[in-house]
Amino acid sequence: MALIDTINPLLTTGWSKGDAGWSLKDYEARGGYAQLKRILANKMSSDDIIAEVKKSGLRGRGGAGFPTGLKWSFMPKAAPEKYVVCNTDEGEPGTFKDRDLLRYDPHSVIEGMIIAGYAVGAARGYNYIHGEIFEIYRRFEAALDEARAAGYLGQRILGSDFSFDLFAHHGWGAYVCGEETGLLESIEGKKGQPRFKPPFPANFGLYGKPTTINNTETFAAIPFILGMGGDAYLNLGKPNNGGTKLFSVSGHVNRPGNYEVPMGTPFAKLLEMAGGMRGGRQLKAVIPGGSSAPVLPAEVMMECTMDYESIAKAGSMLGSGAVIVMDETVCMVKALERLSYFYYEESCGQCTPCREGSGWLYRVVHRIEHGEGRAEDLDLLNRVTDNMMGKTICALADAAAFPVRGFIKNFRSEFEYHIEHRKCLVDPEVQRMGSGFFKAGAA
Amino acid sequence: MLIDERGMNSEHDMLSPELSSEALAKIDLEVAKYPVDQKQSAVMAALVIAQDEKGWLPKETIAVVAGYLGMAPMAVYEVASFYNMYDLQPVGKYKLTVCTNLPCALSGGVHAADYVKQKLGIDFNETTPDGKFTLKEGECMGACGDAPVMLVNNKRMCSFMLPEQIDKLLAECN
Amino acid sequence: MVEIEIDGKTLQVADGSTLIEAAHQLGAYIPHFCYHKKLSLAANCRMCLVQIEKVPKPMPACATIVTNGMKVFTHSEMAIKAQRAVMEFLLINHPLDCPICDQGGECRLQDLAVGYAESASKYGEEKRVVPDKNLGPLVSTDMSRCINCARCVRFTAEIAGMMELGQSFRGERVEIMPFNGKTVDSELSGNLIDLCPVGALTSKPFRFSARSWELSRRKSVSPHDGLGSNLIVQTRRDKVMRVLPLENEDINECWLSDKERFSYQGLNSQDDNGRLTKPMVKQGGEWKEVDWNVALDYAAHALRDVAKTHGGAAIGGLLSPHATLEEMYLAQKLMRGLGSENIDFRLRQSDFSADGHRHGTPWLGMKIADIGKLDRLLVVGSFLRKDHPLIAQRLRQSAKRGAQVCVLHSADDDLLINLEARAIAVPSQLPAMLAQVVKAVAELKGVATDAALTTVGAGLVDVNAAKKIAASLVSGGNVAILLGNFAQQHRQAATLNALAQQLAGLLGGRFGFLGEAANSVGGYVAKAVPGAVNGNAGLNAVAMLKDPRQAYVVLGAEPELDCADGAQALAALGKAAAVVVLSPFKSQAMLDYAAVLLPVSPFSETSGTFVNTEGRVQSFHAATKPLGETRPAWKVLRVLGNLLDVAGFEFNTSEDVRAEALGGMPEFVSGLDNGVAGVAPNLTASANGLERVADVPIHFADPLVRRAPALQQTRDSAAPTARMNAATLAKLGLVAGERVKVGAGGTAILTAELDAGLPDGAVRIAAAHADTFALGAMSTVLTVEKV
Repeated sequence: MALIDTINPLLTTGWSKGDAGWSLKDYEARGGYAQLKRILANKMSSDDIIAEVKKSGLRGRGGAGFPTGLKWSFMPKAAPEKYVVCNTDEGEPGTFKDRDLLRYDPHSVIEGMIIAGYAVGAARGYNYIHGEIFEIYRRFEAALDEARAAGYLGQRILGSDFSFDLFAHHGWGAYVCGEETGLLESIEGKKGQPRFKPPFPANFGLYGKPTTINNTETFAAIPFILGMGGDAYLNLGKPNNGGTKLFSVSGHVNRPGNYEVPMGTPFAKLLEMAGGMRGGRQLKAVIPGGSSAPVLPAEVMMECTMDYESIAKAGSMLGSGAVIVMDETVCMVKALERLSYFYYEESCGQCTPCREGSGWLYRVVHRIEHGEGRAEDLDLLNRVTDNMMGKTICALADAAAFPVRGFIKNFRSEFEYHIEHRKCLVDPEVQRMGSGFFKAGAA
Repeated sequence: MLIDERGMNSEHDMLSPELSSEALAKIDLEVAKYPVDQKQSAVMAALVIAQDEKGWLPKETIAVVAGYLGMAPMAVYEVASFYNMYDLQPVGKYKLTVCTNLPCALSGGVHAADYVKQKLGIDFNETTPDGKFTLKEGECMGACGDAPVMLVNNKRMCSFMLPEQIDKLLAECN
Repeated sequence: MVEIEIDGKTLQVADGSTLIEAAHQLGAYIPHFCYHKKLSLAANCRMCLVQIEKVPKPMPACATIVTNGMKVFTHSEMAIKAQRAVMEFLLINHPLDCPICDQGGECRLQDLAVGYAESASKYGEEKRVVPDKNLGPLVSTDMSRCINCARCVRFTAEIAGMMELGQSFRGERVEIMPFNGKTVDSELSGNLIDLCPVGALTSKPFRFSARSWELSRRKSVSPHDGLGSNLIVQTRRDKVMRVLPLENEDINECWLSDKERFSYQGLNSQDDNGRLTKPMVKQGGEWKEVDWNVALDYAAHALRDVAKTHGGAAIGGLLSPHATLEEMYLAQKLMRGLGSENIDFRLRQSDFSADGHRHGTPWLGMKIADIGKLDRLLVVGSFLRKDHPLIAQRLRQSAKRGAQVCVLHSADDDLLINLEARAIAVPSQLPAMLAQVVKAVAELKGVATDAALTTVGAGLVDVNAAKKIAASLVSGGNVAILLGNFAQQHRQAATLNALAQQLAGLLGGRFGFLGEAANSVGGYVAKAVPGAVNGNAGLNAVAMLKDPRQAYVVLGAEPELDCADGAQALAALGKAAAVVVLSPFKSQAMLDYAAVLLPVSPFSETSGTFVNTEGRVQSFHAATKPLGETRPAWKVLRVLGNLLDVAGFEFNTSEDVRAEALGGMPEFVSGLDNGVAGVAPNLTASANGLERVADVPIHFADPLVRRAPALQQTRDSAAPTARMNAATLAKLGLVAGERVKVGAGGTAILTAELDAGLPDGAVRIAAAHADTFALGAMSTVLTVEKV
């Protein structure tokens, strides 16, 4: 879908024409590449650009929320070979904003990456695109062709001294490549097994060279920040939570989709924009930041605003801005079982705690869901997650552990019911009808 | 439009592990994206090209890709077995991958898969006896707002796959 | 240097050290599985998690670089909790089948589980089962035991140079495997067994034969190539059960080649071709087992008779270069006592024209450990990977660090080393090729060369390849030229020697010889060469066979397989009136040509000394008692000396012999010098017709390894073929796979095989093999025709 609703649109300004508005001509008509032209014409200094990005309060939109300007400033100035990499390996369940960004406005990402290349002194960039969205990869490649033909990419861009080329690298089905060093390994033609850090990519990145990696949405925000100025961007959101943010709302709402709202917008407002609860049913729980974030009960969530601090205070994470909305038809054990299966399936297998622990978690939750739970299982699950967290190279083990802990913490009685009665608290027929796949009364 | 690049070069000998000159030319384009001493970076794309041509990835073809990129065959196999859209076993003419992950399941992903299973009479990781369909369970495709979503032959994404849409898709697949 | 604190102890460690190295320096042990000092960091097992002050999460000691003031706690609550957590995860899918696991008793997982695991597992789910793999005759697999530390994968890729194993799939389904059911064919594959911290990869030949705690451990030295790898020989009830590396960073590091590790099986060989355990004499054409005194008397009489009748010079002594220093010393002394100067251990050498012109004993020209410091190398005439597996490994690592390695040879085998340049030419053109390199270096240096070199026809060889090699060599600061076995066995070995000397001189570098055998240096030290005592008198190994003697003393060798011309050797021995053989093994050939067979101890059953290629004196004791009536050869030779009334044979111990041979007990022998004087390079020689390129396959190189069954089943032990490049095959109208009749001194029927790495006009046929020895000289021209 294209744009449904927004407040203060920035990133989504180009989305209103749907699939008809992605091309270079449309982007330029919206003022696209003006910032790149201005930078090159004025020979803006790298420091000035980074200062502006710092001022904007832009925090990485991939999930970790690291300040972007600060990240860029870590790049060693003198290194002869540097890279800019965009992370469009969008595979966190619930997250689908980057797909739409590349689909409807790929040039904003391209311009953002070129500016980043200029700012950090890189001459080459790669955009790593999630394997399952081949059509989007094609579109991005088409946009690259346009940008190359127009002289925005390549040698001596727009007659300046600055040269930068950009390529798309297509993934082929591995969630862990969304982890930045797993992604770099994958570009290097290896398994996407994350690297031990330090050294961080700013010192030892792609091909061992200094590399800046940002999320698609982060790069897309760059032209806007430079256009409106860092201060203005910051003021769109809350202090330390600059700008607008894309929220991917999925699950039991009437209008699932991406919503761009200023940081700090109340969750209730976002839910309203998404059309409210499907079938007027009761909100039961929300995962506010993608599947790896702990689930929050309805009453807690309804009090939150959509920014890093508010969600963190409530005990979860804003993450990538993937809001998974669940209503009263959901069995929380079954929901967790599916998430646990995901992490078990996607663990890269290198670190012992994740390789062994993710399977252990899944099997125990699977048992509970299938009526074979044991009284000690909930404590066991907590113990296993405790043993996994903070002991691996990347955060996938933590990501596997958080949902388990969150679901048990906030919905313990439902798990206990499952173990004791060997069945769901929520009637199976109610669950079946909740998805909306079957028409009422159909077999 | 059905995006299906598999078996494109009908002239090509499907039984030979070797790749057609068209496929190699495509691989060359991918190699050109990377620094000259980093040919290995093109391995993922090369395997996709090989899979498109052969319908799946026999080990002998993996060895051909390895030879072309100057890699150890084992290093290529590691890659082919790590990313889950490479098919290391033969699949049907249409590989349908249904996302059943939580956000999709909330909007019918699991039920869509159940529906396809019932229609085709196969379970996940099975192929219909006529060799036409293979059904796979997928992980998050990054399109949760469009649930239920399905991939056809890895490259075509189908959104909002309710019963009527599934019926239509299956009818389209000849 | 930075100062850090580990468990309250302050220490200074080098910048860039990891915590695990720092702890090691302190003598503190941090549990680990995936970390190995010779392999790249993986940090995947997570067993080495420790607490660092001000860091909220436990950190892997193997991958964490020290910083000044870092405070580390390896036994804090956080560290112990993390380590116990990891151990629990490692064990949940492990079969815990220790009672039937070969690794039991020497298993790191078992050892650490004692310290870090609960007594009972809380894992109540089904355990993972992983299918086993067939990795070949040497390494056995039980993959369900694997903990996926991936040491094996890193070893094949990084040390052995070819990624023969990988970790496929992902998550819990990761699986260590070879590609497409292939076996692991590296000549270093046995090290996988040592590296595997659990019982997933174990020794196939050793499997189920003993428990580690039943074995006695004896230090020893490898009797094979010139490296002199240090060994731990493990025995039970006077039988060698297995061989492991004894770590010596200066020599074999922590590795062994498969030949060194598995050849022990030959020590226990019992078939018709196996160990000789009783003295035997041939009487009236019949072999009889006799007492030692009878056999010794018989041998002494036979030799004395020939010496008396025909003079001492009618006796020839052929000594295996794998014999100990003491054995060679006594053998040459015995020969000279009988009045013969015909003694040699350089059995595969064919050009002896440098004899009498040498400044000293030929050797590596440097310490083994110094190879790693070279930044430019030229390896001349070497099947390096198979002839010197661990030196090849050192060069592989050097090349990765940026050293440039060049090769000049008659075959372009894949050394699994990133080569800077190579020049491949038929054997007769190797000297011209090397001369071109000398010439090109001289030009680059602006130095005039020897007039002889300038006459070398440029059309003869690939001048560009020579120039590329020269350009590499002159660009370095620490250069060496290494002459391999093939160069030493070459018909113009002295020319190659002289040219290498000239080249090293121009470059201000070093040159040396890669010692073919355990005592290639020791043989010279023991004076087991003609002329070593009595000037230029005496016949060398080739001459004493070409011009047959009345009697021979053969020590530890099988001349038909171990000499430069096996057919000639066999003919000479067959004609001799008396052949006295001292050997640990018997063979049909021996029964045919010998008059008396004296069973002597292999290296594992005697004390002795090998002087390795860098001149290092390495003595060892017997690991077991001699088998049957076998006796150490030095004792047998001493008694023979006594029986023949040779003066100076009053030795009580092998140490006495060594003391006399070395004049003390130095760490390194003296008199090492590769220089030759007065050897004019002979660049005129050229061969007409097809030239034989004879390699000595790794597992055919000496009598012991030829009798090791598991090694004989490896891919490296495949039967010899007639290998040619496509042009040569085409010229001869042959197709690979056809049977061909090869003719030289004799004939052999072999299968033609394509080998793109050979120069035009070369036919590669392995030597040291029953199928090919009839062809005669290793270095020869031959004919090939379809059968």
